[in-house]
Amino acid sequence: MSAITRREDVHPARRLRFPGLPVADLAGTSFKHEHLNAILAENALAGFFEVHAENYMGAGGPPHRALERIRRDYPVSLHGVCMSIGGPEPLDRAHLARFRALVDRYEPALVSEHLAWSTHETTYFNDLLPLPYTQSTLAHVCAHIDEVQDAIGRRILIENPSTYVAFASSTMSETEFIRQIARRTGCGLLLDVNNVFVSATNHGYAALDYLSDFPLAEVGEIHLAGHAEQSDDEGERLLIDSHDGPVADAVWKLYEIVISRCGCIPTLIEWDSKIPAWPILRAEAAAAQAILDRFTSARAVGGGHAA
Amino acid sequence: MLLDHPSKEKLQPSFAAVFAPGLTDPTHAAPADVVGPRGKAAIKRYNVYRNNVTAGLIDALAATYPAVQRITGVEFFRAMARFHVRATPPTSPLLFEYGRDFPAFIEGYEYAQDMPWLADTARIERAWLDAYHAADAPPLSPDVLAAVPPDRLGDIIFTVHPAACVVRSEYPAVSIFAMNRVEGQTPPLGSNAAEDALITRPDLEVAVRLLPPGGAAFLKTLIGGERLGADAATAIAETPSFDLAGNIAGMVEAGAFTTIRLGDRP
Repeated sequence: MSAITRREDVHPARRLRFPGLPVADLAGTSFKHEHLNAILAENALAGFFEVHAENYMGAGGPPHRALERIRRDYPVSLHGVCMSIGGPEPLDRAHLARFRALVDRYEPALVSEHLAWSTHETTYFNDLLPLPYTQSTLAHVCAHIDEVQDAIGRRILIENPSTYVAFASSTMSETEFIRQIARRTGCGLLLDVNNVFVSATNHGYAALDYLSDFPLAEVGEIHLAGHAEQSDDEGERLLIDSHDGPVADAVWKLYEIVISRCGCIPTLIEWDSKIPAWPILRAEAAAAQAILDRFTSARAVGGGHAA
Repeated sequence: MLLDHPSKEKLQPSFAAVFAPGLTDPTHAAPADVVGPRGKAAIKRYNVYRNNVTAGLIDALAATYPAVQRITGVEFFRAMARFHVRATPPTSPLLFEYGRDFPAFIEGYEYAQDMPWLADTARIERAWLDAYHAADAPPLSPDVLAAVPPDRLGDIIFTVHPAACVVRSEYPAVSIFAMNRVEGQTPPLGSNAAEDALITRPDLEVAVRLLPPGGAAFLKTLIGGERLGADAATAIAETPSFDLAGNIAGMVEAGAFTTIRLGDRP
């Protein structure tokens, strides 16, 4: 057994008991500390909150206090952004131990990471970087996901990336790569519909084709977010996954299609910079919740499942 | 499988080894393997990653050092931070750990030489963030101290609070820090006197206090685990007017300690 899975290596955090709140059929938002008081003042808000795991890897202080407070009342999704699962190098064991300690401490309803890399040799680049899709990278990614799932003792959801470049050396499509990952490791998937739209636009394919080829049965969470627009080397539209504004209309359309195809899936509005006042973020989540609710009531009336 | 043949892999650098160098080095060409749709050129596309990486790390430094940025202005700060990001990118995925070397970089930065107090201001901001993320611990109650018999006061050994830190400066760095971490007009500095800072977080709020004369040397020896009697002698040697009772009361009130024990006399 590897050192990282030993109990005594896990930070001896104050242990609180948290309720096992269900997350299915719910829409949620990123949790930002500036919204804490507004959220606590809410009455009967249904939803969940997602945090970036790395922001809670300090020993103590206000971040943990805020997350403990939120976790008492709401389900929490733990979203890792820098495990570097997509990189060819071994995972950072110390980082994995910290990640596991957060899973143990906060008992999140959902746990996820990215199909991307962010560290090479000793440098952390603080970005979600792309990888070629080959048999060799597939082997590395699967080994990394196995290692994470072994360490935390549960299934993880892996998120499809938004990318600005492709690799000439890729030998399979992104959807095929992701399908293989899910099949080989048993991991679940986090479908970021904004990423699908951004990548489809950037690489000149149809988002709907990508979705029809995506293993939707393995999706355990959906992300929605805003994007920004630039132009590429030939002056063509290049979308940037900026998380700094409302969800685009085209992304809402794709989202409705996904929900109508695979039923209710916990859905999260990501908003990480130019963060708006709480009511604006809450309204975005309410829009997603309305779509989920419409599907739920349609299913109740119809008495069956969507195709 | 490639995994079974590490020597074979060495022959060809990994995709990450090819992709990474240009991210923090603008003179490095975009990787040849990187393409746009239908084989289009992807230089500008690769530059999106270069820009994300550099701008993201500069943003991280700006978040840790807001007073420094306010003093220098955004343009000056981002140019200075860009040099640092390219020379010293992070080695930990925890961004709140990044920028530990930035105060020393500022000290040597050519264009900041007319602001010799800027590096110490940055050191206080770094200590502020460390205190923010430090382990939680209840601070020492003054009652515990009051219960020590008078003849044992010299034997007290203090346990320092996980969030407590001392930053010494030859410049009025505490005043400069304080006036640049709040909104609004900055008043003119009252004095050019050297200022030492005590940074603590007894509960949720980080506090930065000005230490009285001799306080920093005294506290540094206390943090080193010396008996109070020995510490007092050191402090009085450095600052003859040293106010022992006042210093201890101030540090306990600030939350600099968690517990005490009584050590053996030498």
